[in-house]
Amino acid sequence: MNSKKFLAFAMAAAMTLSMTACGGSGSGAASSGTDSAAGTAFKLGGTGPLTGGASIYGLAAQRGAQIAVDEINAQGGAIQFDLKYEDDQHDPEKAVNAYNALKEWGMQISLGSVTSQPGISTSALSQEDGIFALTPSASSPDVIAGKDNVYQMCFSDPNQGLASAQYIAEQQLGEKIFIIWKSDDNYSTGIKDKFMAEADKLGLNVVGNATFTTDSQNDFNVQLTQAKQAEADLLFLPIYYEPASLILSQAKAMGYAPKFFGVDGMDGILTMKNFDPALAEGVMLLTPFNADDEDEATQSFVKKYQEKYGETPIQFAADAYDCVYAYKLALETAGCTPDMSAADLNAKMKETFPTITFTGLTGDGAGITWDATGAVSKSPKGMVIQNGAYAGMD
Amino acid sequence: MSRVVNRLANMNKTTRSSVFTYALVVGAFVILQLLRMTTGLGSVLEGQLIPICAYVTMALALNLVVGVSGELSLGHAGFMSIGAFLGCAAANGLAELIPFTPVRLGVAMVIGAALAGFFGFLIGIPVLRLNGDYLAIVTLAFGEIIKSVLTNTYLAVDKKGLHFSFLTDKNALEEGGLQLIRGPMGVMNTQRISTFTVGFVLVVITLVVIFNLVNSRTGRAIMAARDNRIAAESVGISVTKYKMIAFVTSAALAGAAGTLYGCSQTTFVATKFDFNTSILILVFVVLGGLGNMWGSVIAAAALTILPEALRQFADYRMLVYAIVLILVMLATNNPAIWGFFARLRERREEKKGGAAQ
Amino acid sequence: MDVLTLLDYLIRGLSLGSVYAIIALGYTMVYGIAKMLNFAHGDVIMVGAYVCFFAMTGLSPMFEAGSMAAAVVPALAGVVLSMAVCTVLGVVIEGLAYKPLRQAPSLAVLITAIGVSYFLQNSALILWSSSPKIFSPIVGSGSQKIGPLTISHVTLVTIAACVVIMLALTAFTGRTKMGKAMRAVSEDKGAAQLMGINVNRTISMTFAIGSALAAIAGVLLCSAYPTLTPTTGSMPGIKAFTAAVFGGIGSIPGALLGGLLLGVIEIFAGAYISTQLSTAVVFGVLIVVLLVKPAGLLGKTVREKV
Repeated sequence: MNSKKFLAFAMAAAMTLSMTACGGSGSGAASSGTDSAAGTAFKLGGTGPLTGGASIYGLAAQRGAQIAVDEINAQGGAIQFDLKYEDDQHDPEKAVNAYNALKEWGMQISLGSVTSQPGISTSALSQEDGIFALTPSASSPDVIAGKDNVYQMCFSDPNQGLASAQYIAEQQLGEKIFIIWKSDDNYSTGIKDKFMAEADKLGLNVVGNATFTTDSQNDFNVQLTQAKQAEADLLFLPIYYEPASLILSQAKAMGYAPKFFGVDGMDGILTMKNFDPALAEGVMLLTPFNADDEDEATQSFVKKYQEKYGETPIQFAADAYDCVYAYKLALETAGCTPDMSAADLNAKMKETFPTITFTGLTGDGAGITWDATGAVSKSPKGMVIQNGAYAGMD
Repeated sequence: MSRVVNRLANMNKTTRSSVFTYALVVGAFVILQLLRMTTGLGSVLEGQLIPICAYVTMALALNLVVGVSGELSLGHAGFMSIGAFLGCAAANGLAELIPFTPVRLGVAMVIGAALAGFFGFLIGIPVLRLNGDYLAIVTLAFGEIIKSVLTNTYLAVDKKGLHFSFLTDKNALEEGGLQLIRGPMGVMNTQRISTFTVGFVLVVITLVVIFNLVNSRTGRAIMAARDNRIAAESVGISVTKYKMIAFVTSAALAGAAGTLYGCSQTTFVATKFDFNTSILILVFVVLGGLGNMWGSVIAAAALTILPEALRQFADYRMLVYAIVLILVMLATNNPAIWGFFARLRERREEKKGGAAQ
Repeated sequence: MDVLTLLDYLIRGLSLGSVYAIIALGYTMVYGIAKMLNFAHGDVIMVGAYVCFFAMTGLSPMFEAGSMAAAVVPALAGVVLSMAVCTVLGVVIEGLAYKPLRQAPSLAVLITAIGVSYFLQNSALILWSSSPKIFSPIVGSGSQKIGPLTISHVTLVTIAACVVIMLALTAFTGRTKMGKAMRAVSEDKGAAQLMGINVNRTISMTFAIGSALAAIAGVLLCSAYPTLTPTTGSMPGIKAFTAAVFGGIGSIPGALLGGLLLGVIEIFAGAYISTQLSTAVVFGVLIVVLLVKPAGLLGKTVREKV
């Protein structure tokens, strides 16, 4: 046996073993700082990308949920939570591992996954294991399809496409509409497909569409030139705010100034460090959350988040925050106690969620309700960016 | 007992190494199965068993190209994705025809392997004309192209037969039609039909294929072409032909691993099988030792478990993983440590030699 | 197809290609001398961009808004500082991670480079968080009208920087003692050592220059495409690596040609074929080129001696 090769393994194996050994003894570092003794708090678990390129979404959700849990635990009512988030790196395979780690920890109720593709994986497991899940932001309809115990806090992608098309038609925002969407992304494709179908029905004039992929999300000049040549006066952007900010700045550089219409992924554009808000002036978006909202709950949440994490919360954080409070409401309504098993809680939550009306940071005063499929019903807010802040569009 | 030891000691090195590899894989399987039946493995490890089998197979397949045939491939995840997409599409499409899942999975794996092998052949024609780093970059290029193409592929089946469209979904389905590949949304499996036992069987088949190939006339020709291309050509070995045999075999095995992996996941997308995944598998091979099959098995399994074992480091775990990787590479290639082991072996051999005299 | 749009795309392609070319120069120099693929190069770019970002945002408030000094000093200081930091970083990485592996098989070095790349990305993630930062272009966001075309200042500066760097490097490797030493080491390491050249120092110097170029590339990349995240460098890094191979790895003019062509092909493929497939088209062209010219466009075909 070659000594060099042998050594390679000895090292690798020894390191793995030592890691595994410490892994067994240490408790999860990601768990909440307010650990309560077993049986006195509901063990609430969720997976999300906490490292890697998509970690902005996972960390936002984790932090939003953590603030809600801290608030609830500080009040010291009958409902207490013990929160733990595990990293899934926005990968369905890793999400299964993360979910299993939570199961070993003793998760009783779940916050599902933060992003859609991992969400489809973990929700299937949630269904099989009978652990109730309420996902803050995994918006693909596949996440809840065929599962009776997986609920969403966010709009599903097709609903956003539908609502956007209806909104644009009602308000007569554009004569010629052009869409720039991300072709290797579930979220973007889902919204765009439904938008196109609905636009067709409503008689909106979609003059063209162009795509980009993760590998080519720097340069949008080609797409913008196509839109300009098609004389589009409204650009629909069913994408996240990172590429959207590049589109805005490149459109300005080429002297093209259509109206821009975004979806909830656009929320967060104003929170980017050093972003010139003048670029986003007049951008419209449909979003359930608005960090500049005047109401007390939003202001208090935003302030706490900024103090603790030094950033302005994006919609993912608000959705996760709402999830925890929605759980609190549902658990109280159903009279659940932390010593109940995951299976009992699953049955209770399935009964309770379709019956409650929840008021939170996302959605408007009319409250948030769910149907038995797990889909949420809340009204999106039409926002327009004016002087670097959101303003209601009506 | 002592006879067995003697026979082991007298075996030639390659046979001993293959016996050890089989023993390792079978032993690990038996122990894991016993643990599963008695105390249980814990959900995390339990959930990783099938992906580990898939990655072990991938590492073995890549080792055949990189270690045995001596060509650096940076696009092997592409073959895995062909197997995963087309194999799973076949598995889902055949659900009504073959209700017995192990057979369906077997058929799907054969289809995945055949198609990946076919693409391996097509890609091999241009690729194997190149040398060294140029070959590496072309395999990287093909890996990226496969990813792009699969991301834009839509495949569906209904009573009228298969529907295929590219770039946008133009498949008009009849009632009861089934979408097999959904472009950027990847593949959705209603049922996860892969099992650990099938994964184990795949690993064993892979080992049988590779060891038989390596220890045959063909295998010696492949290694001769690796060690000295010109000398090999001058004794009449067709270098391209033998390199092609290794490349296609490897692609087919990667395809089978892809099908196994795909059928163990509820969903997967083409971007999963990108450059980073190719690199990940290359790391298994290099860490396990080029040409060393049992090394690939252990490295693939250990490095798949490692990030999970590092969960306690939370946000720092990928950083720790990177540091471990660098340190292991530095330590295993440190001349001082090699020197120490070489001296140790020398001394042992001297002793042996002395005893024989 | 109208000519004006075509020209416009061409200029954008050249601008994108110039950035690829500067990154590719770093790859090619390191490859030429150390015979290793430094996959961490793309992440050095990212570090350079972050350093420049923090220097600029830190210094800007000290100057009166709108004044000449406010436009020039922070940008200049940012560029210089990021070059300095990246140079040090490059030399440290080389000394700690690559130097001990000088005798090791090339694949071991490749894997170590990948480890370094993961390390830099994850450190950036922890230090600077994953939320994107908006980079202010170092030359402002104005543009220049040339005939019927409007070209942004960033584009002009990028193309100019690429040409200047290219000329400077050619002069450096052709005229100076250090440059000649580099060529000697890349030609034959053993013989160079026998001629009294300090091989280790030459290799460190190459890393220093390559990393300083990476800093410039990072600043220019983020000036043109202003969102900055810990993964900003990885895709341009891979594409620039492709560009280096395209032009013939190890060749400095090859890196320039490869980079420019890659940028132009990428934009044209997006414009006239399909934006969904532009990356696939780029790699497709690469494959065809390598089949016709197996050592890249300007690479030396080394005849094997029997």
